[in-house]
Amino acid sequence: MIVKMTGDKAFKVVAAIVAASAAIILLVTSYVLVTGSSLVLGRFGFGFLTGTSWNPVVGREAFGVLPYILGTLVTSGIALIIGVPLSLGIAIFLVEMSPKGVRVPLSYLVELLAAVPSVIYGLWGLFVLRFWTQNYIETPINNYLGWIPIFSGTPFGLDIFTAGIILAIMIIPTVASVSREVISAVPNSIREGAYSIGATKWEVIRHWVLSYARSGIFGAVILGLGRAVGETMAVTMVIGNAIGPNAMPTSLFRPGQTLPSLIANGFIESATPLETSAFVGAGLILLLVSLFINVIAHIMVTRVLKVKGGAVE
Amino acid sequence: MSSNYAFRKFKNRLFFFLCLFCVVVAIVPLLSILYEVILRGAPQLSLKFLTANALQGGIGPAIQGTLIMIGLTSVIGIPVGILSGVYLAEFGNNKYASALRTVHNVLTEFPSIVVGITAFSIVVVGIIGTYSPLAGAVALSFILIPIVARTTEESLKLVPDSIREASLALGVHRWRTILSVVLPTARSGLITGTLLAVARIAGETAPLLFTILGNSYFFQGFNQPMDALPIRIFLDSRQPSVEVQAQGWSAALVLILIVLSLSISVRLASRGRFTR
Repeated sequence: MIVKMTGDKAFKVVAAIVAASAAIILLVTSYVLVTGSSLVLGRFGFGFLTGTSWNPVVGREAFGVLPYILGTLVTSGIALIIGVPLSLGIAIFLVEMSPKGVRVPLSYLVELLAAVPSVIYGLWGLFVLRFWTQNYIETPINNYLGWIPIFSGTPFGLDIFTAGIILAIMIIPTVASVSREVISAVPNSIREGAYSIGATKWEVIRHWVLSYARSGIFGAVILGLGRAVGETMAVTMVIGNAIGPNAMPTSLFRPGQTLPSLIANGFIESATPLETSAFVGAGLILLLVSLFINVIAHIMVTRVLKVKGGAVE
Repeated sequence: MSSNYAFRKFKNRLFFFLCLFCVVVAIVPLLSILYEVILRGAPQLSLKFLTANALQGGIGPAIQGTLIMIGLTSVIGIPVGILSGVYLAEFGNNKYASALRTVHNVLTEFPSIVVGITAFSIVVVGIIGTYSPLAGAVALSFILIPIVARTTEESLKLVPDSIREASLALGVHRWRTILSVVLPTARSGLITGTLLAVARIAGETAPLLFTILGNSYFFQGFNQPMDALPIRIFLDSRQPSVEVQAQGWSAALVLILIVLSLSISVRLASRGRFTR
């Protein structure tokens, strides 16, 4: 009897300890980022968040991450503006409209977008997409609307706009698959009720299904935002990698920089402990932003999926 | 809602085509990526290219490095991930477990570059003192563990309770039931989830930049930098020479073949059980 008890207990305890590894990873990461950035935060304090210069020269050091925070927000914003309507269209098509035979192959294709490594998106962005955006989007807009500040500059293709487009493509599989799930979770009785009062298919989707799934779709969008904020390689390869005040996102058609691309470009080459600490500080801000976004997203998504039967999460 | 029936019918058709258009727009980049990678990557492929080191214009070290990274990460990450998933599924009916579940969810969406900083600070600076394949494996396991844990939990939940009860009724211990009955029953789900997770980490680049750094030579030991396909692609893409860029495209072709063959074969084999 005693052996039996201890065997089961021991297994449970070991499993519980191993399962805590995720919490340990989270704690260790937070610890590393907080202690690693204490040097730069102690020196510049709040100015680290609001400063725009990045000068590692000893004696004239100045580190501020405002341009990169804004760059992250602007590129992610473009990604949402372009990616979310596309993803919603895809989700609606796959759940409500597509003929049975093509539904599965089409969803495989959309999901394959998620399987492509981000460095390959970057490579494609650098040698292919860049010329599409430069020749067919940026140059025409710049010719006619260049007097508007956000469209000013000389379109070169390696800029904030292209980074936003590539992020839009990369968040589509996330947003589309989660939206598809919450839209399929809408009970059929809702649709049937709407059809019975004479609504067309689109009206059923627009006025009943989408409003029922609203909060879950919002969660899907936030999850996409989280992915866009943390995406590193593809952005690093197409955003042009400006540094210091030049990285302020004043125009869509100028090179910029995001928090992840800043770290990817410079962390290894940082020359002084203070500069290393500045990169770690940028990582800390990135972590806080992404934690905040993801916690909100999970709350929103689980709230809708629970409606279906409680067994989803 | 418009009262004009013809207009409403028209709107219905219009939005059908708009949604179809969205699907087409999303598939264009995928096809373009595949097309360009094959078009630009295939011409250089040869046995020599796949086996020579970077100084001789090959990607042998990168392929070897990626395989080593996959192996090391799997050795560290898969057991931890599966055991975590077992705990969450089999003993997970308490506050501690639901807190851990949230942590796993959050960790799944972690920015990978931050994981790179952690592994750099702990392993490269703290434990080993140099760039090392081990640091890369630690960074990639941080990404692998939460994914494997989540898919393990989901697959174990699909195992009917009657199977567990049958085993317990025969007097088998709980831990023995889990290891010999529940896990084998969920085997196909476990394999699917694990392979998809491995496919995901095989293409990760950002955490490797700070941990294995890249190298022109084949594996040189655990206290030396190492090459990997994603790093080779990134570094080659930044070179001005057209030949080197072409090598980057070939490396991309090899990487995409590894990753896509993993995920496509898994998806075909699991026949829509994991439709996410």
